[in-house]
Amino acid sequence: MRAPEPRRRAFLLGAVGAVLGTAGAAASAAQQGGALGGVRDPSVLGQARQPTDPRSNEGRVKAVELRLACSCGCTLDVFTCRTTDFTCTTSPAMHREVLALFEQGKSEQEILDAFVAKHGEKVLMAPKPEGFNLAGYVVPGIAITTVGGLLAWVIARRRTLAPAAGTPALAPDGADAVEVPSSRHSPEELERLRRALTEVED
Amino acid sequence: MTLLGQFALWTALLLGVTVGALGLSGAWRGRPDLTAVVTRAPAAILLACAVAALALWRGIIGHDFNIEYVAAYTSRNLPTGFLVSALWAGQKGSLLFWAVVLSLFGALAQWLTSRRYADLLPYVAGVTSIAVAFFVCVMLFAANPFDRLAFTPADGRGLNPQLQNIGMIVHPPMLYLGYISITVPFAFAIAALLSGRLDTGWIHAIRKWTLVSWLFLSIGITLGMWWAYVELGWGGYWAWDPVENASLLPWLTMTAFLHSVMIQEKRGMLKRWNLMLIVGTFLLSIFGTFITRSGVIASVHSFTQSNVGWFFLGFLIVSAVLSYTLLYTRWPKLEADTRLESVLSREAAFLFNNLLLVGIAFSVLWGTLFPILSEAVKGTKITVGPPFFNRVNVPLGLLLLGLTGVGPLIAWRHASSANLKRQFVAPTAVGLLVLAACLATGMRDLYAVVALTFGGFTAGTIVQEFWRGVRARMRMHDEAAPLALARLMGRNRRRYGGYVVHVGILIYCVAFAGMAFHRTEEATLKPGEAIEVRSPFGHTYTLTHVGLSQYDELNRTVTAATMAVAVDGRPAGMLTSEKRQHFVQPGDVSTRRPTFEPSTEVGIRSSLREDLYLVFAGAVDDTETAVYRVNVNPLVWWVWAGGVVLVLGGLITMWPGGGALVTAPRRVPVAARVEPAPQLVGAEGAP
Repeated sequence: MRAPEPRRRAFLLGAVGAVLGTAGAAASAAQQGGALGGVRDPSVLGQARQPTDPRSNEGRVKAVELRLACSCGCTLDVFTCRTTDFTCTTSPAMHREVLALFEQGKSEQEILDAFVAKHGEKVLMAPKPEGFNLAGYVVPGIAITTVGGLLAWVIARRRTLAPAAGTPALAPDGADAVEVPSSRHSPEELERLRRALTEVED
Repeated sequence: MTLLGQFALWTALLLGVTVGALGLSGAWRGRPDLTAVVTRAPAAILLACAVAALALWRGIIGHDFNIEYVAAYTSRNLPTGFLVSALWAGQKGSLLFWAVVLSLFGALAQWLTSRRYADLLPYVAGVTSIAVAFFVCVMLFAANPFDRLAFTPADGRGLNPQLQNIGMIVHPPMLYLGYISITVPFAFAIAALLSGRLDTGWIHAIRKWTLVSWLFLSIGITLGMWWAYVELGWGGYWAWDPVENASLLPWLTMTAFLHSVMIQEKRGMLKRWNLMLIVGTFLLSIFGTFITRSGVIASVHSFTQSNVGWFFLGFLIVSAVLSYTLLYTRWPKLEADTRLESVLSREAAFLFNNLLLVGIAFSVLWGTLFPILSEAVKGTKITVGPPFFNRVNVPLGLLLLGLTGVGPLIAWRHASSANLKRQFVAPTAVGLLVLAACLATGMRDLYAVVALTFGGFTAGTIVQEFWRGVRARMRMHDEAAPLALARLMGRNRRRYGGYVVHVGILIYCVAFAGMAFHRTEEATLKPGEAIEVRSPFGHTYTLTHVGLSQYDELNRTVTAATMAVAVDGRPAGMLTSEKRQHFVQPGDVSTRRPTFEPSTEVGIRSSLREDLYLVFAGAVDDTETAVYRVNVNPLVWWVWAGGVVLVLGGLITMWPGGGALVTAPRRVPVAARVEPAPQLVGAEGAP
């Protein structure tokens, strides 16, 4: 009759152990993949990231990186590429290079020159305004100024050559002309108002 | 379905070539029997193109992965909205979409154009049909959307995650509608040149078409900026990318045309210039297509490189040579009716406005092509990016903004010094006040200060124009101010709608200037850690990393990184940025496979003052330690608001009726010459 006692105790112990074990496993699992620890499926996150270097937020670092083209072929600058295209490995490498050069005490211009020496002029987001590149910067401005100056000169010359008298004037084309105006104004006042309205609606 | 699609494309090609030949020759030889047929034929071309598009859509919706295009751009688990938009997601499908819309516009041009211009319509049918035939030809010989694979995959590759955004459904169609509808004004211009009917008739016939095209292009460009901002995650909306530039070029020349056409209508001037602008706008739209589809210039937006670029280059060259030769042969008939009399006239202001718009277009084109030019001349590759374009174009843009305020202040023909003084006082005062406010608040960015000052000046001009009009109406007709305003706008929708468009541009410019003050911070945070970002408006954002969560949703696994936001210590909600790994799933969950690299969804907390823009870069060592980029972008909301105002202004301008300028220029003797009425201001004591 006493035989069931150990079995019952064993069963209770087993049950408690199972509950505790499950809870422990759950806690462990939560620590691994839940609120406290890692992500459940890291494979869907793409590249693992490195902790941000505090120097990355310095204005001079951003200023240099905004002027350097990422050489992966993405057409973006280094700063934009490394903070947007998180699959690129080139721009983070270039970023580390920029930080290293600052670490060596180089100025912004010296860093840009170092990159040009290494990668060629293509590494700059805008070509240096010298030599043939100067044409890129000044041709639109020169073209607009020249044409504008020429236009102004032609118009001014025409005015001095041709007398203004006899040239046709514009007719008012405001649809208001057919509207009946208020009668509380004198005819002269109405005429003046009509002209003003024509002017603003012309 | 592919057989039906192929058959429809061949039918469209045959019809396009036939209608093109018959339309042009029939109208040229005065054969009414031919022209009567030709003006109805665009409907048949539309039907053929529509059948082809429906056949491809049927293949897409029915997951017929034996069609190479369907397998390349869709998958079984792609949501229906994106399945529909897959028609224009790739090179081949978008060419078909282009052909359908072009044939639709070709048919609409025949149905909606007034019979007053019936003599132009056969030519128009000829030109639009040739354009459709060209696009169908490109498809049939270089990029056939109905190409089949040698086998049938179980599932497709899926749509690029960055295209799985509502922007994909609305932005490309809007941009295409803008690009494509330019063909109709171009066709009318060619019709005018071929027929020799070079009065202002063709201008009136295309006014609404040009506005429609300009409006769609404006909407398309603005939606493109919005899409780039919310989807690409770099924190801005305009990067001077070649493809972005390609959309801006025709917009600029079309804007120039919409201004200069007023001078032709009112003064009979600039006839040659207007034809050059319309032809140039069409050519720029083809040039943009060439850039986007040829891969000749590196761009993040380009389609896959293919040989279709050569087709477009050929079409561009042939169109340019034929159009400008035709224009040259008609040159003597395009003499101006009157001459520009003074630099201080509204005509001159419009002319300089045109010069700047076309100059900016040239500058953008020059910058876009400069790498090719440089490589040809120097043999070395260079990069021409945003710093170059900002340096060259921002000063020109600011000048244009200033001129936008100057134009309406100057009288037609010749402004007197009294007129200038009276007109300029209030806007200049507003501009100077804004300048003082900028300097007093410590603003030192030169471009931003100039933009805001010129913006103030232009706003002063627009308000003054409305104020004077309303005031004059109130006095003349005893109307209340709201009624006077409504009637003023209703009676001259074109002018006041134009001012509303200027308000939209003004809002754009101020918002662009605001971006000069954006802030960016990067941080790596464990759950519970926080970063502080100072806003340019003076307050402090505190963002506390809450943690990461992962879940499956539709066709992707989402990893969401959440930050608790506080503004100056006060809780202001949560902000989440996501990493999304899309997958295709031919069988059950166990067989799913990832497609493309993980993409990023930004979190945006938008307000009238600024946007808080959160980008989750990834996790450190597979833990919940997250790497973030945080931007504070001032005045971005106003960019979208500017777009809405601009579209509203465009709609007012093109709303039927009420436009007073659509008639031919009327003139009265010089005795009745209209001068500004200083008496009104002096007598009534108004400002």
